[in-house]
Amino acid sequence: MTTPSRVIPALQVEDLTVAYRDKPVLWDVDISVPPGVLMAVVGPNGAGKTTLIKACLGLVRPAAGRVLIHGRPVDDQRRQIAYVPQRGSVDWDFPTTVLDVVTMGRYGALGWFRRPGAAERERARQCLEMVGMLGFERRQISQLSGGQQQRVFLARALVQEADIFFMDEPFQGVDATTERAIVALLQNLRAGGRTVICVHHDLQTVPEYFDWVSLVNVRLVASGPVKEVFTPALLRTTYGGRLPFLSQRAAPEAPSP
Amino acid sequence: MSLLAPLSALAANDTLRIVALGSVGLGLAGGVLGTFAVLRRQSLLGDAVSHAALPGIVLAFMLSGTKASLVLVLGAAAAGWLASLSVLAITRHTRIKDDTALGVILSVFFGFGLVLLTYLQKKPDAAKAGLDRFLFGQAAAMLHGDVAVIVAVGGLAIALLVIFWKELKLLAFDPDYAACLGYPVRMLDVLLTSLIVAAIVIGLQAVGVVLMSALLVAPAAAARQWTDRLAVMAVLAGLFGAASGMLGAIISSTTERLPAGPSIVLCASAVVAVSLLAAPHRGIIWQWVRHWRHQRRLGLEALLCDLLELATHHGDPEHGHSLSALAAMSGGRAGLQRRLRELRARGLVRMVGAARWTLTAAGRIEAARIAASHHGNRHDREPRP
Repeated sequence: MTTPSRVIPALQVEDLTVAYRDKPVLWDVDISVPPGVLMAVVGPNGAGKTTLIKACLGLVRPAAGRVLIHGRPVDDQRRQIAYVPQRGSVDWDFPTTVLDVVTMGRYGALGWFRRPGAAERERARQCLEMVGMLGFERRQISQLSGGQQQRVFLARALVQEADIFFMDEPFQGVDATTERAIVALLQNLRAGGRTVICVHHDLQTVPEYFDWVSLVNVRLVASGPVKEVFTPALLRTTYGGRLPFLSQRAAPEAPSP
Repeated sequence: MSLLAPLSALAANDTLRIVALGSVGLGLAGGVLGTFAVLRRQSLLGDAVSHAALPGIVLAFMLSGTKASLVLVLGAAAAGWLASLSVLAITRHTRIKDDTALGVILSVFFGFGLVLLTYLQKKPDAAKAGLDRFLFGQAAAMLHGDVAVIVAVGGLAIALLVIFWKELKLLAFDPDYAACLGYPVRMLDVLLTSLIVAAIVIGLQAVGVVLMSALLVAPAAAARQWTDRLAVMAVLAGLFGAASGMLGAIISSTTERLPAGPSIVLCASAVVAVSLLAAPHRGIIWQWVRHWRHQRRLGLEALLCDLLELATHHGDPEHGHSLSALAAMSGGRAGLQRRLRELRARGLVRMVGAARWTLTAAGRIEAARIAASHHGNRHDREPRP
C-alpha cells in the first residue's frame, strides 16, 4: 500500500464479504478508488458486481468488512453519493411523470416533510436538458423507451449534486447514440472532479470509456488503472478462461490454428 | 335498483345518515390507502390482514366483555398487525415465497378466528354477542360511536399519508433509491403497512373480514385506469371507495337480510368493471377502437399502394383494375368494396367502367407518399451492411 496520508480515497472498500444465506457473493474484497476517476466494475454474470454496488451504498448488509466514502461511513455521507439503479428495478407503469421522477433526486437534500418546489423542479429541468430529455417533463414514464428511462435515472442522479456516482449498467438496452451521450456526460463529471463507478458489461469499450477498472469474480481479481489492470491474463483469471471476443482482439499471443 | 330510492331514504332517516357517514369514511380511507397497497403489489396483504383480524376481534371481546367499537378495532388491528409481521418474518427467514406465506397466515388466523367464534356462540351467556356479523358486515348496526372511530382512525391514517406523502411515494416507486438517499426504509414500510392495517380494521364491522380487502383493492384498481398521476389516483380511489361504501351500505340497510359487505363490494366491482371497459387510454373499449382504426388505416393504405403498383405496371393511369385483381393482391375480397368506396369518398380513387378502379391524381400522390414512408421505415429498421 502507498502512503495513506496523501489523498483520502473517494471509495475505500475493506475486507468486504457479503453472503446471501450461506452462499458468499463477495469474498474479502479490498478496493481503493481515488477521487476523480471513471471506474468500470467488470466481471462475469453472478460475480457480485451489483452486490458490490449495493454494499457500497449500504443497501445490503455485509457479513464482514466496511465501506468508507471519503474516509467516513456511508450513512454519514448520504448527500455525497448518487445512485443509478438498474432500469428493471422499478415498475415503469407507476403513475408519475418524468419531471416527478427526476425531482426525487432532491428528496435527500429536502429532508423530511418539505415538498419539492419551483427551485427543485427547475434544477430537475436543467438535469433533463443535460441528458437530452428536455421536453419530456410531463411525459408519463411508461411511455419512455429503454434508453429514455435510463437517461431519466441518470438525470435523477445528477440532480442530487453528489460527489460519487454509483451506476448499475447505465448502458443496458441503450442505443449507440445514447451510449455515446452518456459516456460524454460521465467524462464531464470526471472532469469536474467527481468519481463515477459503473457496473459495465461490454469489455471492448472499457479502455475507451474508463480510466480505472475493478475485475471482480466473487473475489477481487485486480483493481487499478485500466492500462495496468485490464490485461488479457487478468481478464482470463476473472472470466475463467472464457473470453470469446476479447481473446482475438487483445490477446495476440493466443495460438491461432 | 334505482339510485334514487336509497338517496331519498337517506334524506328521511337519521340512522341511515349515520350509516352513510360511516361508510363514506371507511370507503374513503380504504380507497386512498389502497392506492399504495395496489401500487406496491400488496393487494393480497390486505386480504391476509382483514381475515387475520377475526381472532383479534373475538379475543378482544372475550377479554374485555364489551363490544365497544374501539376495543374491537384495537383487537382487530393487533391481530392484523401480528399477521403482517408474521408474513414478513416468514419471507425473510425461510425460503417460502410471499404469496405462500400470505396464504398460510390468512388461513391459520382465519381458521383460529372461526374456532373462537363457534366456541363463543355455544356459550349460552354470550350467544347474543353477534360477533358473526363481522364475517360479512352489517352496516345497519353502526352507531354514533362506531362512526366516530371510523372518522377518527380513517382521518388520522389519511392525514399521516398526506404528511409523509413525498417519502411514501418514493418508497412505493423505488425503495432502494429511498434507502440510498438516507431515508429509513424499514420504518417507512412499517408506517405504510400500519396505515393500510388501520384502513382495513375500521371497515370490518360494516364490510366484514371476508370482503374488506376488496374495498382496498377495487377502488384503487379502478382509479388507476383513469389517471397517470399518483395524487389524482389517490383522490379518485377515495371517491370511488366512498361512493361504493355509501351506496352499498344504504342498499344493505334498506333491504332485509342483505349483508353490507357483499353489496358494498358489488358497488365497487361495478366501478371497476366500468373503468376497465370505458377509461380512456387504458380501457378495453378504447384499445379496441384504436386497434380497429389502425387496422382500417392500414387496409386503406395497402389498397392505395396496390393500385399504384398496378398503375405503374400498366403504364396507363386511366386503365381501370378489376376487383378480382385487387383481391388477388391484397389476399381477399373481404371489405374491398367498402374500402374502395371510402377512398372514393376522399377523392383518392375513381371508378372507370363496370367495377374497375383506378387512382385519381390526388390518390397517386398520396399512394406515392405512403409507399415512400413505408420504404423509409424499412430502411430504419434494417440498415444495410
